[in-house]
Amino acid sequence: MRKKLGRMLLAGALAMSLLFTACNGGKAPAGGGTSGTPAPAPAASGTIKVGVVNNPPSESGYREANVKDMEAVFSPENGYELKTAYSLKNDEQLQAAQGFITEGVDYLLISAAETTGWDEVLKNAQEAGIKVYLFDRMIDVDESLYEAAVVSDMSAEGDTAVQWLLDQNLPEYNVVHIQGAMGSDAQIGRTGALDAQFASGKMNKVVQQTATWDEAEAKKIVESVINSGEEFNVIYAENDGMAKGAVAALDEHGIKHGVDGDVIVMGFDCNKWALRELLAGNWNYDGQCSPFQAQIISDLIQGKTTASSKKIINEEKGFDAKTITQDDIDTYGLGE
Amino acid sequence: MKNNFKNIFKNGLGQLTIPIIAILLLVIFNLIRDPSFFRITIEIDNAGNRVLAGNLISIINAASELAILAMGMTLVTAASGGQDISVGAAAAIAGSAFVKVLKSGGNINGLIVLLAFVVAVIVAMCFGAFNGTLVSIFKIQPMIATLILFTCGRSIAYWINGGATPTVDSSIVKAIGGFIPGCPIPTPVLIVIAMAIIFKLVFHFTSLELFTQSVGINGSAAKLNGINSTWIKLLSFIILGACVAVAGCIGVSRLGLINHETLLIDIEMDTILAVAIGGNSLGGGKFKMAGSIIGAYVIHILTVTLYAMKVPSTDVKAYKAIVIIILVVIGSPVIKKWFAKTAARIKNKKASAPMKGAQ
Repeated sequence: MRKKLGRMLLAGALAMSLLFTACNGGKAPAGGGTSGTPAPAPAASGTIKVGVVNNPPSESGYREANVKDMEAVFSPENGYELKTAYSLKNDEQLQAAQGFITEGVDYLLISAAETTGWDEVLKNAQEAGIKVYLFDRMIDVDESLYEAAVVSDMSAEGDTAVQWLLDQNLPEYNVVHIQGAMGSDAQIGRTGALDAQFASGKMNKVVQQTATWDEAEAKKIVESVINSGEEFNVIYAENDGMAKGAVAALDEHGIKHGVDGDVIVMGFDCNKWALRELLAGNWNYDGQCSPFQAQIISDLIQGKTTASSKKIINEEKGFDAKTITQDDIDTYGLGE
Repeated sequence: MKNNFKNIFKNGLGQLTIPIIAILLLVIFNLIRDPSFFRITIEIDNAGNRVLAGNLISIINAASELAILAMGMTLVTAASGGQDISVGAAAAIAGSAFVKVLKSGGNINGLIVLLAFVVAVIVAMCFGAFNGTLVSIFKIQPMIATLILFTCGRSIAYWINGGATPTVDSSIVKAIGGFIPGCPIPTPVLIVIAMAIIFKLVFHFTSLELFTQSVGINGSAAKLNGINSTWIKLLSFIILGACVAVAGCIGVSRLGLINHETLLIDIEMDTILAVAIGGNSLGGGKFKMAGSIIGAYVIHILTVTLYAMKVPSTDVKAYKAIVIIILVVIGSPVIKKWFAKTAARIKNKKASAPMKGAQ
């Protein structure tokens, strides 16, 4: 019985290896061709082959929308052939990128798990005449190795939000600040603008704690502030989930929040459910962190726009509960 | 008098000494720091209910999931001599299943919530049985066996719903995670009490407690005495599965949202800690569930104290660790023995030999 199983496994392995060599054989002329000749001519000759190396959609609501956006824009209808590889691990991403180079894609789009270790792969891509675009995250390499990077500016998100808060002209600002995981891009960017206000004395820091993106922890932090009896009139949570946790604590203690409430509630990420809270007037502000980079890259590829610099900042909005519409939710909301 | 001192460190009551002293110390510390720390007030929440509020309520309420998981973990620890490190991931799966069923129908009514809860319990018990099978039948170290689910659990939770943070908006779900209209006590606290009573009744009317302890002390001896030790170990994991489902559903109901990445994150370590603070041997054998439950509250008093003291967010875990090291060292056999000896010496200078019983 065991022998039989072993033989079957062996046969299977053989068949698989044959299959793979066959594939490689088929692809080999294409690969060899591209490395010899300069950049493959895209657009004109049928479909454009795009290889996307990304983090898996399960990472976050942001990533889920990001992946869907890529699939929608780089579709066969738009003249693209899309290949994707998802991993949270840098080495797996590097392998996938190398795989795409060997397969011979025309463009390589990367949202890297880590900023380091990409030099060699990007050099290989350049030699093979493959153009590289970075999206969402920067990589620590020489600028000449990629065409452009379409990224979010997290500190701009913080600036927009804090500017909105200043525009509310409150007589005084007593802020409960709930931070994301310390050291993450989003936390650093969204904390910076508020920290500047604390430092200048314009706003008063009631408490500043990290809930590491955990909704339940955010609730505990706000509860402890309420129990201490300290006055506050602003909750600045660095993502929607933590804002929801904070609001749950307010609700349980009978504190009115949102439009016409006693406490201003601010969140980030623009999940659809969060924007609906805005529309209902339960929250006041939600800052966008746009996952929609595909169209910008597609326009660059097709030559509809040209990049003035290598770093392209994706424009992001902030939504006010008083002006948000259902259309905004449908267009900019993430998830369901 | 001499016997009393010996007994404090020898029998079951002695096991609870450390966690009770820990609670008392934290309470006294807080009362000195801020005499109004444990004040309880009655407030009217935004839904118009009269509810209890204050730090004490926050602590007891927030510790609910941990207390429930600690109950199940105590059994697993006692029977298998190891710990299940997948409870957080399994709770994310149970919570996702709960939300999946809730969102499958149109209107969320009591019947659907009940169905969703039953599905969550069944799902979590299946995963518990999976862990239990690896441990009891395949004799894999519990921490290694549960490492599998610890690693992949949150991905499975993602597959169930697809979206990253599905939300449910229902007054019934809110009541489970918050307050039942007309009742000033947070519902999760009531659920903890109910679970504790269920365990008490089970221990009273069945031999589960005795069998679990004997399997934990010596599995082969238990087997020779006609106890099916494989089944007892498996059963402990299945019971923990049920606890996991209850905790997961409470966690989801608190906010009406499931985030598979953050739901009850890192709770497995706190759960094991609660069992340890409760004075239970992590090597299995004799156990006291009450100790683990008190341990869970100790951990949360500590957390809330640190928040109230506005300890910088980056330092909270370090301070927590310091207190826990002190607790665990005080509870260690070496220190216990030393305490017993010293106490005996003071009480009775002649009695240095009988202190062997204090081990």
